Amino acid sequence: MTAAKDLLAGHPFFRDLDERYLELIAGCGRNVKYNAGEYIFREGDVSDAFYLIRYGRVALEVHVPGRGPVVIETLNEGDVLSWSWLVPPYRKQFDARALTLVRALAFDGECILKKCEEDPRLGYELLRRFIQLVGRRLQATRMQILDVFGQGK
Amino acid sequence: MVPRPWRVVRVRRETHDTKTLELEPTEPLSFPFQPGQFNMLYVFGIGEVPISISGDPQEPHRLVHTVRAVGAVTRALCSLKRGDVVGVRGPFGSAWPVEEAEGHDVVIVAGGIGLAPLRPALHHVLANRGKYGNVVLLYGARTPRDLLYRKELERWRGRFDLQVEVTVDSAGEGWYGHVGVVTTLIPRADFDPAETVAWVCGPEIMMRFTVQALRERGVSPEDVYISMERNMKCAVGFCGHCQFGPEFVCKDGPVFRFAEIERFFRVREV
Ligand SMILES: Cc1cc2nc3c(=O)[nH]c(=O)nc-3n(C[C@H](O)[C@H](O)[C@H](O)COP(=O)(O)OP(=O)(O)OC[C@H]3O[C@@H](n4cnc5c(N)ncnc54)[C@H](O)[C@@H]3O)c2cc1C
Ligand code: FES
Repeated sequence: MTAAKDLLAGHPFFRDLDERYLELIAGCGRNVKYNAGEYIFREGDVSDAFYLIRYGRVALEVHVPGRGPVVIETLNEGDVLSWSWLVPPYRKQFDARALTLVRALAFDGECILKKCEEDPRLGYELLRRFIQLVGRRLQATRMQILDVFGQGK
Repeated sequence: MVPRPWRVVRVRRETHDTKTLELEPTEPLSFPFQPGQFNMLYVFGIGEVPISISGDPQEPHRLVHTVRAVGAVTRALCSLKRGDVVGVRGPFGSAWPVEEAEGHDVVIVAGGIGLAPLRPALHHVLANRGKYGNVVLLYGARTPRDLLYRKELERWRGRFDLQVEVTVDSAGEGWYGHVGVVTTLIPRADFDPAETVAWVCGPEIMMRFTVQALRERGVSPEDVYISMERNMKCAVGFCGHCQFGPEFVCKDGPVFRFAEIERFFRVREV
């Protein structure tokens, strides 16, 4: 998994993270591939992994009765997918579907959480990064909810 | 200034509520304008509204306006047919500083109908492509059905010297592009923040979030320009209808350097 470690080292999400932590995280990762149309996970699934998208585009969808799947966000190369593995109830909140061929690194949540328990510093570093990600998504969601392009603004 | 008569020569339906009108003067007339400026369009018997010029500044013999039907006058404009005549006063207002931006990367961020006043600026930049660094167009709309200038967007996307990213706030099946607000495109756009000039137009909330996201990437508010909308009457700095802080949007704007109006931008209902 040295390739995974190099990839993490060059990724803004893991910037300035200790070498040994990069190694620990990389040790919990594996390469995965999804064809266009395939689900990476479904709403309600146990959340036991997060993904670093290396190639392709992923749609986060909610199923709205009578309307079918509604895409609420797309994630692309370089984006981190899923943070629900970090916090109870450890359930996926959306469907994640590959819109194109998707290649990603999948990280085993249980494996990483265990390492965080053993070394709270790693836990802090990861939480700090994920909370920023959640903050950015929340901000974007707020703007989306405002429906700024709606009639009469 | 009295309105001059212009004839509608073409009407193109952009979306369910937006149309693009092409106008020609009823008498030969050249109408030079700068990207970002607007006209007052007068529908006889109904009223007059400010509408940005959205055509190519290299074609001063024809006027192009894209209009979204939101009220009495804009609805009347959207129901005009070929051959109908409208009154035009203009051009008015400040422009996107296209010459000042030479030598820089240019990032154009448009939301919804906000693409209309930016389109002449992009035409200008593409006609003088060699004078600019990286050029990026980031465009957000509500849904795929609300995208303006679809054919042109596709053509622009096919160019090697222009990065075009389009996103929508929500989409159903059959859309394979980005979903998410327009600010989510900013981190992945290819430009050098220290050497970038950004032009932004859209609803005010969208512009506020956009300036913030540009700032996070390192673009100074000194290098960000936005186009403001206010109700207008005279359009020549007379009546005070369009006042925004100490500025009159009709003559000091609509295009402002963000750093200069930031103070008022944060105050509600100025
Ligand atoms: C400099 C400038 C450039 C503009 N360029 C364009 C353009 O290129 N294309 C275009 O379609 N419009 C443009 N506008 C906005 C346009 O002038 C207004 O939509 C128009 O004045 C509304 O007049 P109305 O009589 O149709 O509606 P009104 O009867 O005045 O308003 C009807 C309803 O629409 C709402 N409304 C008013 N203005 C807007 C708006 N801008 N957006 C959403 N809802 C609104 C009102 O709050 C009201 O509820 C521009 C405005 C300015 C100041
Ligand atoms: S519209 Fe009259 S002062 Fe601006």
